[in-house]
Amino acid sequence: MGLAATIFSGFLLAILAPFLHRLLRGKTGWVFALLPLAIAIYLAGFHREVRAGEALRAAYEWVPTLGIRLSFYLDGLSLLFALLISGIGALVLIYAGGYLHGHAQLGRFYSYILMFMASMLGVVLADNLLALFIFWELTSLSSYLLIGFNHEKEDSRSAALQALLITGGGGLALLAGIILLGSVGGSYEISALANADGVIREHPLYLPALLLFLLGAFTKSAQAPFHFWLPGAMAAPTPVSAYLHSATMVKAGVYLLARMNPILGGSAEWHYLVTLAGAATMLIGALLALPQTDLKRLLAYSTVSALGILVLLLGIGTAEAAKAAMVFLVVHSLYKGSLFMMAGAVDHETGTRDVQSLGGLVKIMPVTALAAGLAALSMTGFPPLLGFIGKELIYEAKLQAPTAAPLILGIGVIANIINVTVAAIVGIRPFVGDKRATPRKPHEAPLSLWLGPLTMAAAGLLLGLFPGLIANSLVSPAIQAIRAEEIVLKLKLWHGLNFVLLLSVFTVLAGIALFFARNFFRRLAGRAQGLSFLTPSVWYQKGLDGLMGFARAQTRLLQNGYLRYYLLTIFLATMLLVFFKLVLPPGWQSLEKFAVARYYEIGLGVAMLLAALVALFSRSRLTAAIALGVIGYGVAVIFVFYGAPDLAITQILIETLSVILFVLVVYHLPAFNRLSGSRSRLRDALVALLFGGMMSALVLKATNLQLHPTISGYFAENSLSLAHGRNVVNVILVDFRALDTLGEITVLAVAAVGVFALLKLKLK
Amino acid sequence: MNLLLIFPITIPLLTAILSALAWRSLKVQRALGVLGSAGLLAAALALLMNVWRGGIQSVQMGSWPAPFGITLVADLFGAIMVALAALTGFAVLLYSLGSIDERRQSFGYFPLFQVLLMGVCGAFLTGDLFNLYVWFEVLLIASFVLMALGGERGQMEGAVKYVTLNLVSSALFLAGIGILYGKTGTLNMADLAQKLRLEPQSDLVNSTSMLFLIAFGIKAGAFPFFFWLPASYHTPPVAVSAVFAGLLTKVGVYALIRCFTLFFVQDVQFTHTLILALAGLTMVTGVLGAAAQNEIRRILSFHIISQIGYMLMGLGLMTPLALAGSVFYLIHHIIVKTNLFLIGGVVQTLKGSDDLKKIGGLYKAHPLLALLFAIPAFSLAGIPPLSGFFAKLTLIIAGLKIDSYLIVLTALAVGILTLFSMTKIWNEAFWKAQPAGPALDNPAAATVTGGAFRLLLPVILLAAITVLIGAASEPFFALATRAAEQLIHPEEYIRAVLGGKP
Repeated sequence: MGLAATIFSGFLLAILAPFLHRLLRGKTGWVFALLPLAIAIYLAGFHREVRAGEALRAAYEWVPTLGIRLSFYLDGLSLLFALLISGIGALVLIYAGGYLHGHAQLGRFYSYILMFMASMLGVVLADNLLALFIFWELTSLSSYLLIGFNHEKEDSRSAALQALLITGGGGLALLAGIILLGSVGGSYEISALANADGVIREHPLYLPALLLFLLGAFTKSAQAPFHFWLPGAMAAPTPVSAYLHSATMVKAGVYLLARMNPILGGSAEWHYLVTLAGAATMLIGALLALPQTDLKRLLAYSTVSALGILVLLLGIGTAEAAKAAMVFLVVHSLYKGSLFMMAGAVDHETGTRDVQSLGGLVKIMPVTALAAGLAALSMTGFPPLLGFIGKELIYEAKLQAPTAAPLILGIGVIANIINVTVAAIVGIRPFVGDKRATPRKPHEAPLSLWLGPLTMAAAGLLLGLFPGLIANSLVSPAIQAIRAEEIVLKLKLWHGLNFVLLLSVFTVLAGIALFFARNFFRRLAGRAQGLSFLTPSVWYQKGLDGLMGFARAQTRLLQNGYLRYYLLTIFLATMLLVFFKLVLPPGWQSLEKFAVARYYEIGLGVAMLLAALVALFSRSRLTAAIALGVIGYGVAVIFVFYGAPDLAITQILIETLSVILFVLVVYHLPAFNRLSGSRSRLRDALVALLFGGMMSALVLKATNLQLHPTISGYFAENSLSLAHGRNVVNVILVDFRALDTLGEITVLAVAAVGVFALLKLKLK
Repeated sequence: MNLLLIFPITIPLLTAILSALAWRSLKVQRALGVLGSAGLLAAALALLMNVWRGGIQSVQMGSWPAPFGITLVADLFGAIMVALAALTGFAVLLYSLGSIDERRQSFGYFPLFQVLLMGVCGAFLTGDLFNLYVWFEVLLIASFVLMALGGERGQMEGAVKYVTLNLVSSALFLAGIGILYGKTGTLNMADLAQKLRLEPQSDLVNSTSMLFLIAFGIKAGAFPFFFWLPASYHTPPVAVSAVFAGLLTKVGVYALIRCFTLFFVQDVQFTHTLILALAGLTMVTGVLGAAAQNEIRRILSFHIISQIGYMLMGLGLMTPLALAGSVFYLIHHIIVKTNLFLIGGVVQTLKGSDDLKKIGGLYKAHPLLALLFAIPAFSLAGIPPLSGFFAKLTLIIAGLKIDSYLIVLTALAVGILTLFSMTKIWNEAFWKAQPAGPALDNPAAATVTGGAFRLLLPVILLAAITVLIGAASEPFFALATRAAEQLIHPEEYIRAVLGGKP
């Protein structure tokens, strides 16, 4: 009950948010923050049970026939993520109230961000994979709505769409993967699948399922080559960037990898694919971050790099790596959330986010500067902050990587050096040196804007000094969930003088050196513009444009506007299919059942054929109408030949009426005009002949077959005795099948109304 | 005699006749329309309830025993379709009250509307092939006149293409009936099913089955027969498009599912693989067609085609789960698509155009409308937990279960393109600021805003149902599952029509 409530209270508040915001006005953020705070406290209360391995569960049936259950469970991994989501969520709600103060659409903003928070909690608490997927998609949707929050800007809209298409596309891959995994493992419950892992990794569908899962995780967590949507997502208001696009949503992929590790992990495919994606992303993110000058883009690319590190660690797959991943998860969420909020505060106060036009803000914004400094130090991995411990663990894990350890370590060092530089550019540079002119005259940010960054930065310091606070209560249960084994975790600042420490020192020094050489790299990047064809964002755009071009071309081709081509297509398709099925099954083509035609039948046939030719080639409509009449009367004569005088009478009546009407109408029409060329006439004639041939063959086949005695004998027998009528056709029309006649009468009545309206009602 | 089976035909017929008698009083016609549509809805729901509880129902018209007379049958599939037709009819009729101009109303709009509903319901209920043809004619002529009513230039052009291509369909259908009757000597569908099941040479009807496939394929708007649909759906008044969008193609889908589960099952390997291929191509061409459009109604029209592909996918896969997916898809789609057309109409009323290049700013100015659009739009795109997600999920699970990877891949890819199209409307009409240029704001919009609630009422009703189908999909899914079971095991259907006879 409680677990479901933590999720659905968020959805409920999301629905009510716009209305409550009208009542609460400026206090909305503070009041709303109470919900995630309560959730965090409530969940934290379970840490003892979770540590003891007693996962908390709750389950409700939703669509049992499809296997969709709202089943939740709370283990170490879920708890760690859920606390980050709800804890940072509370701070972000407060922050957003200050950041978007007075914005006309703030009510909707709260709605979306609460919807996101609830969905994200759903992702990390769900036990049922389909339920997880539903929440997963809802995070993509809320992300779309939030990135496009400044919806009148073209950039925001296209960035929102890009993020949605990429994460949505990956989401669909994930869905297919889930269904495959469900059919392999016999259940959609993660906890059940974890007990059947041997079967899964041996199954031939393991690899497809794994690839689909990875596609889902990599798109969501912005792994190369899908990383480019994340910098684009910076079009969102800063609270969104801090919350969704650095601290939580982009970690959903990481969560999925960690969660699926006991089920899908451990194989060579997993190891290589995940390691490769992580290492590449770590490096690419860092390299792309270096030349940036916009605070948020700097942070976005360094987030990409950090996500790469997390994925890489999960790919390495050792116990050391899992430890490093979980500690770094906390480290990164704290410093990156803090730095993003700081960037927003600076932007809010100065009116710019360009690091080149920021400086000396420490005197004006001391509290913000303090938060930024602490967070930046954690990012560089400076003792005694938590970031230092994180970096030590990462280096340790890379050193012990089972494959290509030196290469991974080398790339890791490069990425970390750049990260140190980025930390200095973002967290130190704007606050030191000379003051510069900014679009707005800066003041210290209000409480709501510095509370969040300072809290998170301070937490980084506190946890660095006393890592025992979370080591065994939160982090080691999470690692246990990934590894599916008992783990004892000792976190400490001082590991003694060893190679890893040396590496750390080297990283920081090299990072500082790089900081001073940053302008050189910016110029270098400026010259590399010609290489833009290498970037996936260009492929994305090209792919999209190409698809649109193809869509337009095929639509012009198919829906070309000419009725004659539509008809031609339909006739050709019909002939293709019918001929195929006519020729294929043998057995009926021997025309043994056909009696030799009698001479008057042949004569009638020739006459009708001639009439048809006259109708076709006549230049006068009148002649054509009369020729058609001849055909009709011919049919009536055939009815007589075969002993159906009732039918013949009906046919003659209809035919007479048709000819008279035709003649009346034809009288008012203009003379024939030949509009088509002889080539298209030839083509049409060919199609018509073939089509006629096809119908003839079908009818021949039907006459040659009599799979069952027909029911028509019943009508002849009972027409008089039961229905009291001598004309069988009439009896069929008005009694046996009177409902048909009702329908046809209706058709006539409607046609009359239609003609009347067409003649009388003329709108412009 | 089971009156509930006859009500869905007689109620609209009676309403049409009474409305036609009250030709000069629009007030009476409007009241009759609301009353009749509400009555139809009530009758349809009662029928559905009855079939759910008591199994398949049938009634022999004129008491002539099957297979000699005409039998009306309601299995769950048919009853669901009737209920959906009635719901669509009711919602669109409400919308018509505030949106159809008085000139059209005074030239028989209301009687025509009822005749259309009568034709649709008749098609869903008949157990006789020729009678099915008659109902096709009824709904064709009613829809043709509705489409042309008003005689605007665009309308006429669309209506001519519409009626010509649909007459080709009717001709093929009629020829098919004649030939099938020649071979089997019966028109009663249950009788056909029974006879063909016992007949060792029954694959000799395959060539005929192709005629039916194409005739219904044209009606359903499947590839490569869909041309009439994008050529005509954007031309008539919105209410007319909306009821067409909801119901017309679905009659074709219904007929395909009915015939190709009940009696054309001799060569499933060929026919249903063909249907599956057509389904995939229909999805793709439809969604690409939509991507190339820039007006809301044209985009939505092409999406009908693409969605038809999903419904046919279930038939092509031909497993109980897949058919349940098709039925669920029909339930979801009819409601969502009708609603999207109605919303497109509200946009047009507010902005004077539905050209995405000329309009914008709706998200800011009309948040409720934005929400009402988002629900069916994201449902159509398959975003959970809305109805479309469960519909697509069912089909995808069904496809993966029997290793039909290609169609599943197609369905997933088309899903993301559908999302693309829906966000295109959202981005342009709702998020983008109203572009500068000649003021397009409809001068009539001010007066409409007063009556906007009348337009929004059916929209809200349908959106609420969409949310409900998503949030509580189990009962709907149970309904679809049982309907699919009746389709795949037609013994109960045959028994209900023919009685205990062998």
